[in-house]
Amino acid sequence: MTTAASFQIEYLQFLDPQGKVVNSLPEFATDAAKLVELYRAMVLMRTYDAKAIALQRTGQLGTYASMLGKEAVEAGIGAAMAKDDVFLCTYRENGVQIMRGVTIQELLLYWGGDERGSDFAVPRKDFPVCITIASQCLHAAGVAYAMKLRKQKRAAVCMIGDGATSKGDFYEGLNAAGTWQLPLVFFITNNQWAISVPRTTQSAAQTLAQKAIAAGVAGVQIDGNDVIAVHHAVTEALAKAHAGGGPTVIEAVTYRLADHTTADDASRYRPPEQVADAWKREPILRLRNYLSEAAAWDKAREETLLKQCNEQVQAAAQAYIDTPPPPLEQMFDHLYATLPAAYFAQRAAIIGK
Amino acid sequence: MAQITLVEAINLALHRAMADDGDVVVLGQDVGRDGGVFRATLGLLDKFGPERVIDTPLAENLIAGASIGMAAEGLKPVAEIQFSGFSYTVLDQILNHAGRLRHRTRGRLSCPMVLRTPCGAGIHPPEHHSESPDAMFAHIPGIRVVYPSSPKRAYGLLLAAIRDPDPVIFLEPTRLYRLFKEEVADDGQSLALDACYTLREGTDVTLVSWGAMIYETLQVADELSEQGIAAEVIDVATLKPIDFDTILASVAKTGRCVIVTEAPRHCSIASEISAHLAEHGLLTLLAPVLRVTAPDVVVPLSRLEHHYLPGKAQITAAVRKVLEFA
Repeated sequence: MTTAASFQIEYLQFLDPQGKVVNSLPEFATDAAKLVELYRAMVLMRTYDAKAIALQRTGQLGTYASMLGKEAVEAGIGAAMAKDDVFLCTYRENGVQIMRGVTIQELLLYWGGDERGSDFAVPRKDFPVCITIASQCLHAAGVAYAMKLRKQKRAAVCMIGDGATSKGDFYEGLNAAGTWQLPLVFFITNNQWAISVPRTTQSAAQTLAQKAIAAGVAGVQIDGNDVIAVHHAVTEALAKAHAGGGPTVIEAVTYRLADHTTADDASRYRPPEQVADAWKREPILRLRNYLSEAAAWDKAREETLLKQCNEQVQAAAQAYIDTPPPPLEQMFDHLYATLPAAYFAQRAAIIGK
Repeated sequence: MAQITLVEAINLALHRAMADDGDVVVLGQDVGRDGGVFRATLGLLDKFGPERVIDTPLAENLIAGASIGMAAEGLKPVAEIQFSGFSYTVLDQILNHAGRLRHRTRGRLSCPMVLRTPCGAGIHPPEHHSESPDAMFAHIPGIRVVYPSSPKRAYGLLLAAIRDPDPVIFLEPTRLYRLFKEEVADDGQSLALDACYTLREGTDVTLVSWGAMIYETLQVADELSEQGIAAEVIDVATLKPIDFDTILASVAKTGRCVIVTEAPRHCSIASEISAHLAEHGLLTLLAPVLRVTAPDVVVPLSRLEHHYLPGKAQITAAVRKVLEFA
């Protein structure tokens, strides 16, 4: 017998859980100021996340999906993407969205049950949150196809979770990205849990990154709690995409420190020791350790930052709370470009006119 | 002006739309080199190239989902699902995304796509090639559903569908693809997307149908006229939204209505039209509205297919019944 094909999946990590450098840093990371920017973004995300949960717990927000523990993933992607790239995401990617210019008020409006929250003032071409698992992988293929057809130097970034890689939609989008050599980055956040189903039940594949190989696409696994690794991997993948080099799959290994959503109770299905252990590898602490060690961060700066984040989030939350519900006619007014006459009577009946 | 078949009219409209607008792309299985399994996309690849005439991997969900992404970026994708039985796979994309992208982003993104699929029974194909998913699609908010029944209307309605800023499901009556020819001018003129077409005027009974059943319905109207019965025949043509006003006005004139469809009866578009007549036209009716439909069964394989499809005898019997109603 001979070998018909063989492959290997590389693993990328720069900072270990203690914040020690384990690989020579990419150039951007040698500039502490750049890492401080990422750190600030991550702390803002965690502040927002805590506020969103508090609003939900006090009856002021609908069901919310926390991103606790994946701030490195969010910040790394958000910082690596160019303005006119297109972002397609799940419901756990508010961090990237904030970095791309979506406002916290808009995000809270969406979770608070108001479609206007998806009418981002910027970025206008990004997709709204996708709830139906993996279905955005197909939109991403179409978006990237349009970019390639028009010979634009843009790319699409499509985020999914570990559970989504079990779906045909992921494979169909990935396969098309490979055969059409699309400017597209699939970013898999492997947080070990799809609600209550662990990664081990999702797939017998040793890594999720290797699913790329079946489609003839490059795949890499990275430490998803290491913002330098995330930023580096996404930057490289986007540079390749922008240069016409085709798609990439990145699997970021991390851990969902929160419940699936505020409607979930993860203690029903996972041991507390596992969560406690995962906290030792969380992304914000390790970057703070690194920055403190490099004398780029200290307690005073931390306190100032926390205060700023709290004020920013509080103001956005208040703006959300003060936003009156959308007018009733909006149910009809964005259904079609021009509402067909057949629906005039229904519209009039709803708005009471 | 050339005499052409319905499938040739679709091909003509696609050539026209692609020549007129560089944003129009055609995608689907075998739509390129093969020109489509029914040849609806014949010649497009040679004229417009593989970047705009895309032979996709064999994945229906991709065809629909990628179209949504393309449309959000400003292209005007015209996707082909090879047979209607394969279109159920794409319901998720059409329902959860195409029909709601404009709405859920308050108009920030939109989805100007067309999803074409051959539809209906009667050509003795293998299993899953004879379905009538018209009502299933028509139940979805935020989209349009169109179903032409002649070469002229196929040409004009397809151009309208491609130019429309919202998603359109374009159902094509496979049985009529090559059944007859008609003169079609390649004048780039589109037809209205929310209008019924009155194919024949009459005062005694209104026959309402769409898709391939228009063919038999018109034949029955001819036969009735020889017996001195003047039937008005309406091709609904656009199944969502439906131009109920034209149907109501006709029934106000005739007082009697038979609705003909080859789809199964339960929750069919015939049921919707019948309900609408009951709500808004009851006092003009001289007899109960009757539906002539397929039975609520799985489409049989070819040996029994013609017993499944409603025929002229059933349409005629229903007309007799509404005419004889005291």
